[in-house]
Amino acid sequence: METPVIKTDKLTKRFGAFVAANEITFEVYPGEIFGFLGANGAGKTTAMRMLCGLSKPSSGTATVAGFDIYKQPGKIKANIGYMSQKFSLYEDLTVLENIRFFAGIYGLTNKQIKEKSEKLIQQLGLQKETKKLVGSLPLGWKQKLSFSVAVLHHPAIVFLDEPTGGVDPVTRRQFWDLIYDASETGVTVFVTTHYMDEAEYCNRISIMVDGNIKALDTPIKLKEQFKATSMDEVFYQLARSATRKAD
Amino acid sequence: MNSVTLQNITKTYNKGTILAVDKVSFEVNNGTLFGLIGPDGAGKTSIFRILSTLLLPEKGEATVDGYDVVKDYKSIRKNIGYMPGRFSLYQDLTVEENLHFFATLFGATLRQNYDMIKDIYVQIEPFKKRRAGKLSGGMKQKLALCCALIHKPSILFLDEPTTGVDPVSRREFWEMLKKLKAQGITIVVSTPYMDEATLCDTIALIQSGKILSVNEPDKIIKAYPGNLYAVKSGKMYQLLKDLREYDQTFSCFAFGEYLHLSFKNDTPASAQEVLNYLKQKGYTDIELNPVTPGIEDCFIRLLKQ
Repeated sequence: METPVIKTDKLTKRFGAFVAANEITFEVYPGEIFGFLGANGAGKTTAMRMLCGLSKPSSGTATVAGFDIYKQPGKIKANIGYMSQKFSLYEDLTVLENIRFFAGIYGLTNKQIKEKSEKLIQQLGLQKETKKLVGSLPLGWKQKLSFSVAVLHHPAIVFLDEPTGGVDPVTRRQFWDLIYDASETGVTVFVTTHYMDEAEYCNRISIMVDGNIKALDTPIKLKEQFKATSMDEVFYQLARSATRKAD
Repeated sequence: MNSVTLQNITKTYNKGTILAVDKVSFEVNNGTLFGLIGPDGAGKTSIFRILSTLLLPEKGEATVDGYDVVKDYKSIRKNIGYMPGRFSLYQDLTVEENLHFFATLFGATLRQNYDMIKDIYVQIEPFKKRRAGKLSGGMKQKLALCCALIHKPSILFLDEPTTGVDPVSRREFWEMLKKLKAQGITIVVSTPYMDEATLCDTIALIQSGKILSVNEPDKIIKAYPGNLYAVKSGKMYQLLKDLREYDQTFSCFAFGEYLHLSFKNDTPASAQEVLNYLKQKGYTDIELNPVTPGIEDCFIRLLKQ
């Protein structure tokens, strides 16, 4: 058995009397594309923030990239990539400046930064845009650029929070090409999405309802288990039972 | 009878350097549900702002309920309900206060028009003393819809009401729209979710300020040129790469658990030929079937043209 890159045991987060994440237990393996689904308010963001070392759990344990989320949140941050739902590159820096900035933060050497940024710009076909302000790029390019920046330091895991919201169908698929490429190089991908067709692209999926993980398996097995023809139906069957009001 | 008409509407920003809406024309029939479908930056919000008289078009003409969007803006404002994409109620007023406020603006009262919003309002009524800023996303959305409806508008403009909303809440929202339509209200709604297209009577597919196609969803699907195939194997990403390299492939992209494949010259032998190609590549578990395109397939196809 491979060593899991994420391992949680009864991970719980309470805000007062409210249990945002309730004893969630799961494992994610190296190179896996793991879909983390749930309705609005189910507790996805809370769980993800704990795994990224941004929020201390109330109870339970977890390791991410081999580091303990209580004792080594700093190590975790250095070994993961994170792409937020909100576009988080600097709009008033150029493409190249953004790449250099984030590469620098993750401690890449000047030589590595030079090599990596050249390769990246070529891969994304942004040769003509390197000196343009990121704010002037179309949304689809911005999303692809933020993903590439998030994996530039070759993290063990990259966390993607609804990376494709509002993007056109062609760009959405180009984005998934990038995800597959990263996964093939061994990066584990942890992704949330509201597009159920994208759930099918994941190796395994978990579905959260009211703070609990209610289902966890491959898309095929989940469809068998819920006698559904699509992930949309699986999701609907599970999320419909939610009693908690959406966020 | 048309509730909304646009003829060659054009809008640019930043001293003409950004073309947001490019000669857009379409009509919305009275009492129908019209969907404006496209990604962020397609020009959907600009069109809504022009129709709700918040923005002046540079070229072209548009009418709402027979009124001109430039000359008769005051009449239009009385007759429409507009729900912008960003939550725009008063966060520090309560649910009830927001409703009263918007009713008063239009010279209506909550009691008078309660019927109009009843179905939706009962869901948030238990929280009527709560400040709007403290509501959940789903409840905010319902309150915003109530506020847009409280003066009994003849037309409702909804700018991306379901963006970022989970699939279950999205379904509920569309159920609400269906009921409103049954009451005779014309609805123009925008969305980036292609799967919502089939819930509309008529749709316009839009990208980069241009309309790609306007029609009933069925007719857009029927107009898809040639055949589309769904392909599957154990190694999907490798299959995608191999199919893209195949010289007869027109387009191939991931679509849920399958890949969707179309050929350059579609002949009865095309399917068998690609199977042979894949067999040569060492695949033993290929599943290939013709499939009816969806709106998303049509959108992708139109983008390629």
